[in-house]
Amino acid sequence: MQDKLNEIEQAALESLQSITEQAALDAWRISTLGRSSALMMVFAEFGKLSKEERPVIGAAANRVKAALEAALQIKAEALKTVVLAKSLSEEKLDITLPGRTKHIGRLHPSTQQLRRVLAILAEMGFQVYTSREVETDDINFQMLNFPLHHPARDMQDTFFVEAENRGDNPILMRTHTSPGQIHAMREFAATNPQNPPPIRIALPGMCFRYEQITARSEIQFNQVEGLAVGKNITFADLKGTIADFVRRMFGEGARLRFRASYFPFTEPSAEVDVECFVCGGKGCQVCKNSGWLEILGCGMVHPNVLQNGGYDPNVYSGFAWGMGPERQLMLRNKVNDIRYFWGNDVRFLEQF
Amino acid sequence: MTLRGEKGEIMKIPISWLKDFIDLDGLSIEDIARKLTLAGMEVDEILYAGLAMPIYKDGEKHEFKTNGIAWDREKIVVAEIREVKAHPNADRLTLLDLFDGQQDQVVLTGAPNIFDLKGTGKLAKPIKVAYAKEGSVLYDGHADGLQLMTLKRAKIRGVDSYSMVCSEKELGISTESDGIIILDDAAPVGMPLADYIGDAVLDISILPNMARNASVVGIARELSALTGRELQKPTIKFKTSGDSVEDLVSIQITNAELNPRFVAGLIRNVEIKPSAYHIQRRLKHAGQRPINNIVDATNYAMIELGQPLHAFDYDVLKERAGKKKIKISTRVASDGEKLTTLDGAERTLTPMNVLVCDEKGSLSIAGVMGGTESEVTEKTKNVLLEGAAWNFINIRRTAKQHNLPSEASFRFSRGVHPAVAETGVKRGLQYMAEWANGNIAPGLVDEYPLKPKDPTIIVTPQDVKRLLGIELTAKKIAELLTRLEFKCVVDKNTVKAKTPPHRMDIAEGVVGLADVLEEVARSYGYDNIPVTTMADALPPQVGNPIHEWEEHLRDLLVALGVQEVVTYRMTSVEKESRITQYTEYVRIANPIAPEKNVLRRSLTASVLSVLEKNIRLGESLALFEIGPIFEPVKNNLPNEPRKLAITMSGLRDATAWDVKESATLDFFDMKGRIELLLSGLRLTGVTYTSTESTPHLHPGKSAEITVNGQVLGVFGELHPSAKEKYELGASPVLVAEFDLALLRKSAPTYGIIPVPEFPPVYEDIAIIVDESVLATAVESLIKQTGGRSVSSVRLFDVYRDEKIGAGKKSLAYSLTYQAEKTMTDSDAATIRNKIVKRLENEFSAKLRS
Repeated sequence: MQDKLNEIEQAALESLQSITEQAALDAWRISTLGRSSALMMVFAEFGKLSKEERPVIGAAANRVKAALEAALQIKAEALKTVVLAKSLSEEKLDITLPGRTKHIGRLHPSTQQLRRVLAILAEMGFQVYTSREVETDDINFQMLNFPLHHPARDMQDTFFVEAENRGDNPILMRTHTSPGQIHAMREFAATNPQNPPPIRIALPGMCFRYEQITARSEIQFNQVEGLAVGKNITFADLKGTIADFVRRMFGEGARLRFRASYFPFTEPSAEVDVECFVCGGKGCQVCKNSGWLEILGCGMVHPNVLQNGGYDPNVYSGFAWGMGPERQLMLRNKVNDIRYFWGNDVRFLEQF
Repeated sequence: MTLRGEKGEIMKIPISWLKDFIDLDGLSIEDIARKLTLAGMEVDEILYAGLAMPIYKDGEKHEFKTNGIAWDREKIVVAEIREVKAHPNADRLTLLDLFDGQQDQVVLTGAPNIFDLKGTGKLAKPIKVAYAKEGSVLYDGHADGLQLMTLKRAKIRGVDSYSMVCSEKELGISTESDGIIILDDAAPVGMPLADYIGDAVLDISILPNMARNASVVGIARELSALTGRELQKPTIKFKTSGDSVEDLVSIQITNAELNPRFVAGLIRNVEIKPSAYHIQRRLKHAGQRPINNIVDATNYAMIELGQPLHAFDYDVLKERAGKKKIKISTRVASDGEKLTTLDGAERTLTPMNVLVCDEKGSLSIAGVMGGTESEVTEKTKNVLLEGAAWNFINIRRTAKQHNLPSEASFRFSRGVHPAVAETGVKRGLQYMAEWANGNIAPGLVDEYPLKPKDPTIIVTPQDVKRLLGIELTAKKIAELLTRLEFKCVVDKNTVKAKTPPHRMDIAEGVVGLADVLEEVARSYGYDNIPVTTMADALPPQVGNPIHEWEEHLRDLLVALGVQEVVTYRMTSVEKESRITQYTEYVRIANPIAPEKNVLRRSLTASVLSVLEKNIRLGESLALFEIGPIFEPVKNNLPNEPRKLAITMSGLRDATAWDVKESATLDFFDMKGRIELLLSGLRLTGVTYTSTESTPHLHPGKSAEITVNGQVLGVFGELHPSAKEKYELGASPVLVAEFDLALLRKSAPTYGIIPVPEFPPVYEDIAIIVDESVLATAVESLIKQTGGRSVSSVRLFDVYRDEKIGAGKKSLAYSLTYQAEKTMTDSDAATIRNKIVKRLENEFSAKLRS
């Protein structure tokens, strides 16, 4: 009997070896371990054995059964691996085919840039203040220290709105967001005229200039201004605040310089250049070989402007700075034609 | 405050001219340009014309836009022509016997301006020229534009040519290439040309408050303040002879506000001829065309000192005065008065224009342009030279009115101090005497009825600390201001600074203090001011809920797959009238173009234009814009309500290489976006009402959106006859417009609906109703009947066929039954039966399944 068991085991293992398909393996399992297999017959005929033989043969039969089951499992695993490998190799995609897309929406690039600027300003404590786009001459110019017929007005060619009997106060398209300075200061000052509260605001919005529409100039553009007014604000603070802003906006290592300049509503005034981030200051087309990029204008709020806003210039001081989100994008993203912004060609918009 | 258009007028300053008034040794041209730039005189470009140019190696910093060429000191020198000989084989060419300081040379040239000397033998007086030897790098005189070339040996018509005498173009002095440069007789032969007349020209932007620096002396003064080097002011000295001008000419000013000062001097027996070459060269570098020595003297003195001058032919005035005393007066023009100006144009004047007149009539438009009759000509012998001060606003308006921008009006319209009038006239006379051998008459006629205040400003170290944030002693403040010629008196902790008599930009009081502090800061150097953070605590933070809400709205729209656009506020009635009927608009008085002559009233029209423009660029477009429209208010500021407009057209789904079919977007795609948008804003109780009152929308496919009885917006498919007016594709075009103020004011729902703990039961029911029964009525009846037990009702199919019958439709709903316990099928059946019963009663509905 012992020999028979060994024979069964030997034969089964041998036939198992040549199996390469699942169906053959199933057949092997039935013929080797199934109810009518030779091995099972041994168990079935157990009763015919002597008392002495039973434990010996039983143990042997169990060992053979266990060994064959183990062999079956190993074979089954091996077959599964082979099958999987085969199917994986057959399922190889051309991964260079394009993906399936969706129609998605994006913010206009100007909105994206406005958000970047305003987010930094908000962290610095400058909160958004908005005001109207059509203004009167007095708010857009006179209150901001541009007297009537003043040469400084040449710097801001203006669109006027048809209106009669306006005298020296015509209606116009605002040429900058600075009228918001007057609106805001007056609003804040009205809350406590004797001792107006300090101000820190950001003024974003669309502005208009009478210019030919070319690759370099547009009739409308966004501006963002920062305005701080208080009792202890200095030009050194202006430099510090702008240095912080520029670092956040243009990167930790951005070098900047302050150039004396002129704006009617600030004094002293300055323009700020940041080291050209395209060429690192070496000189390139973007910075016109100067190594510097003009990025913003700034200055201490002019005493007349403080006065017009309801803040006593003998007690209060402040600073303001302004910049153009579209210009920043043009520099950042090598946009060589400002007309793209309001042209709204989706092939432009999709790139942001 | 802006980065656009803040540039001033460009002033061209040759370095050689600056050196007349300040020692610049040891400073490179870039050093000078940098100092000026940082102090507010931005150098836009440096044009080299001879002086050595900086050589940038890779990695070195360029600082300025540079142009032009340097002249090789070995190869380009002063030489003299001793004889002009004929070329053996070419009639139009000549051969020059030339000495370059070291040896004799034979040089071939075709220069027309010495051609006349051909074959005249040895010249009595040699001609000094700019001579370039073999290997010199020059601009090609015959090429279009500026192209560099290296001078090479060649045979021209059988004669060996290895060098040349140069034109201005070849040396980068001007664009003139017709003749060669003929230098002044004093030019030292053999000297490197770069040492003799090598130059570099700075293009400087003059800011509106720096009119005083629109002159060589002005820039030299600034450099003096910036370097601490002494300003060597021009020395004005001349001899006089003959009758005093006061006996011959009188001045009468009728309005001192418009004409604070009028100075005139006289010079006799001038010999009119071209100016010396070094004068012509400087004028050209400064952007002026040399005319003759008298006109050049007025321009030269103007560029040097900033005072525009005007030269009259004295004899013409004398003739007009009937040989008697010339009585000059200044007055405003009468309406319609005419004057022919130097440019030959007859100008019709208005009472805003100030005129310089004699007894016979007008002579010139004050400060802007002279008249033809009294102008200096080749025949002029005696010159009356005017230097006056005018009201800058008046000059600005006059120059604008007659579209006459000139060097004079540019300076006068920014404010020239009346004190400079006298210096200017004297300087002009001095140059005329030197260049034209004239005799200056003694004295000046000088009417000076209105002296400027030249305010004295009191500055303290506390002021400097409070506004600039730096600690400076009174002594240091005085030192900084004295460099700019303020007269300063220090008294303990106070500086009394008197404005120097060449600037008009310092006011009085608190504004004057700011004006002077700016000068302290510039003189101290902006770069030397420290960087600090604001000492005060942050003021109370005031948010901007409207702005924040709009940004949220933008995010929702983008999440819904809609692209933001931003369009021009300016449009035309014609463009908008494709979908609107407005006639009243905010109109632009000076439109840039007819298609941008009004402010938009319809944001939908704006987004439709963008859709039209892009329609062929994608299979599907969904666009939105948020912004104001402008509602006119007669003779007053318009209302600027903010709107949201959305438009969509094209395929519903993106196609791909294996997804080739998609339906087109229709009414319900737009409605779905709006539903999602409003739920994103947490608005509930939204009702959609069919509307036929929006003319640009399809009457059967449009709806008003109402929340709490308030119409917030309207949407639908673009009316076919409106669509026809655009070039849009075949697909339906959907549009929506909301009023943002109303939308924002619709209160969002408070709180959330808790997520149920117990499992729901789902069931679909289909009912057959008459066509006239609205889906929304069925849905609300189901909800009403089901109450809290029905948590969701979703229409998933609308079906019609013969079996159902004509005039009938099947509506299939997916219902979700929900309870505060596990809902059983029989619970659900009870509710469903109730619902079906009511539908049967109310709508004669029949249950299909």
